[in-house]
Amino acid sequence: MTDKGKHTGAVSRRGLLAQTVRAACGAGVLALLLAVPARKRAEAVALRPPGAIAADDFLSACVRCGLCVRDCPYDTLKLSDIGDGQPLGTPFYNARSVPCEMCEHIPCVTACPTGALDKSLTDIRDARMGTAVLVGQETCLNFLGLRCDVCYRVCPLIDQAITLERHHNERTGKHAMFIPTVHTDKCTGCGKCEKGCVLDEAAIRVLPHNLAVGVLGAHYRLGWKEKEKAGKSLIDGIIDLPDRMPEPPAAMPSPERLPGGGFKEFKP
Amino acid sequence: MSAELHPGRTKALSQGWLAAHKWLLARRLAQFGFLALFLTGPLFGLWITKGTLAASLTLNVLPLADPMMVAQAFLARHVVETSALVGAAIVLVAYGLVGGRTYCSWVCPVNVVTDLAAWLRARFGLKEGWSLDRRTRFVVLGGVLVASAATGTIAWEFVNPVTILHRGLVYGGLFTAGSALLVTLALFLFDLGVASRGWCTHLCPVGAFYGLLGSRSLVRVTARRRDACDNCMECFAVCPERHVIAPALRGKSAGAGPVITSRDCTNCGRCIDVCAKNVFEFGTRFRNGLDDVDHIVPPAKEGPGNVARAG
Ligand code: SF4
Ligand code: SF4
Ligand code: SF4
Ligand code: SF4
Ligand code: SF4
Repeated sequence: MTDKGKHTGAVSRRGLLAQTVRAACGAGVLALLLAVPARKRAEAVALRPPGAIAADDFLSACVRCGLCVRDCPYDTLKLSDIGDGQPLGTPFYNARSVPCEMCEHIPCVTACPTGALDKSLTDIRDARMGTAVLVGQETCLNFLGLRCDVCYRVCPLIDQAITLERHHNERTGKHAMFIPTVHTDKCTGCGKCEKGCVLDEAAIRVLPHNLAVGVLGAHYRLGWKEKEKAGKSLIDGIIDLPDRMPEPPAAMPSPERLPGGGFKEFKP
Repeated sequence: MSAELHPGRTKALSQGWLAAHKWLLARRLAQFGFLALFLTGPLFGLWITKGTLAASLTLNVLPLADPMMVAQAFLARHVVETSALVGAAIVLVAYGLVGGRTYCSWVCPVNVVTDLAAWLRARFGLKEGWSLDRRTRFVVLGGVLVASAATGTIAWEFVNPVTILHRGLVYGGLFTAGSALLVTLALFLFDLGVASRGWCTHLCPVGAFYGLLGSRSLVRVTARRRDACDNCMECFAVCPERHVIAPALRGKSAGAGPVITSRDCTNCGRCIDVCAKNVFEFGTRFRNGLDDVDHIVPPAKEGPGNVARAG
């Protein structure tokens, strides 16, 4: 508190100082608040813990307490800061740093007090944190014809979530390639494969399910599935259209032979 | 007001430094203690409380949750699980009894930051600055609740400096120059240079919420020895919610009792600390009759004394 009387003379040094401090503080507040979003940077995919309810609902439930983080025995889960790819303070993991080890008793879900992690998830194999995709088809060693197989070997659901499919190696013409193939109905998105990939940047990577497999338009119907559901074809009988064969070659003018031996059409 | 008002100096000179700072010390100890409960785990592997002020679990049995967050979740159409419901109920009852804004003064980590700003302000003689209406916080609270319902999210958590700072302390983000540090510094500068007691007293919807929660709370500060007041104004200068004092301290002629009944009082006890005439003390809301004051026999001389207890 400053006495009013003091100010009646020249502008007091103290008043000037106070004004400077105020201006500096005001500018500082703005600068700091701007610095928060400005520090946002592109990052690896931030996956949600097992049992996380649908992305649209998650932020209505998670109070960002970090109890799931505390009870994860592998320090997989972290609370997000700006730039980590999820809203501030919410739990996530980055598979390439520390994947989810798919604990049998799912302690993270048990710890959650709000239901942001759904307790109806009792078998960790039913978790869908994301889906692995082999994105690096030009760098994956198995695609190059070698036998790395690491992603396949480390998968907790080996031979279910990921298999090696034999393909012909077109480059050498005589070898086989064993292509790591993810089965999206089984893959939990734990990220062990992404963590294990021997490349400098993983060729196999866990993405949120919709980004990994795409989403069909809601109005699409698959004929063969509908048929299966209905127990019969949805169209009564096959309409038998007349078979049309190509016209006999006689109808076409024969290409004119040139003296050089070539055809006219192939003139360079 | 006098040119150099140092709340508590007179009392410190007459009754000792400790007498003029005991509630402040107790509060800082409590704030530090509540933080320590969360920190023994990550620091020493001795887990007492896990989580944050948003939701926590103590000794693996006692769940606590912030009722304001549970309310926002509810508006966002998510009913939280039993654990958080029970936790929120416990918190609701506890603060309903001891005074909602006791949270602000005794638990909230932001209080330390804004108190420091206020103290520096007084030291530098910075004048009020941008004056805000203290009811703005209720507007902010209303906005937060509407936003939660409209967006289907716990809306305040996107910006809440209380949990941002607490998370930063408990999970270590404060020390990596992350958003926790930036937001806390911004808040500090705002209170220091932009608006006096700008955040806690004028804008914070968490404080507003807890204030409403404790509107009828039991534990209250009472100006029991108000007859001894010599109008030194030190309690007004130190109080973060100075409008709450006058109705109790000067309410005699209006027929008001000595208890500070405003929901805005944070039970910080600073008025008790600084008053050289020992006017204030902690009490309950029930002893608020005109007879629940100590009648001081005038003229009141130095220090306590000349007292005739009422009743
Ligand atoms: S299942 Fe286990 S490893 Fe995976 S996030 Fe939960 S606690 Fe961590
Ligand atoms: S325990 Fe639940 S509410 Fe807490 S941070 Fe994890 S998901 Fe969110
Ligand atoms: S993310 Fe990889 S390791 Fe985990 S289940 Fe899917 S394929 Fe297997
Ligand atoms: S670990 Fe990487 S390089 Fe090896 S097979 Fe799997 S995706 Fe290819
Ligand atoms: S009246 Fe006293 S206890 Fe209440 S906020 Fe003011 S100084 Fe603190």
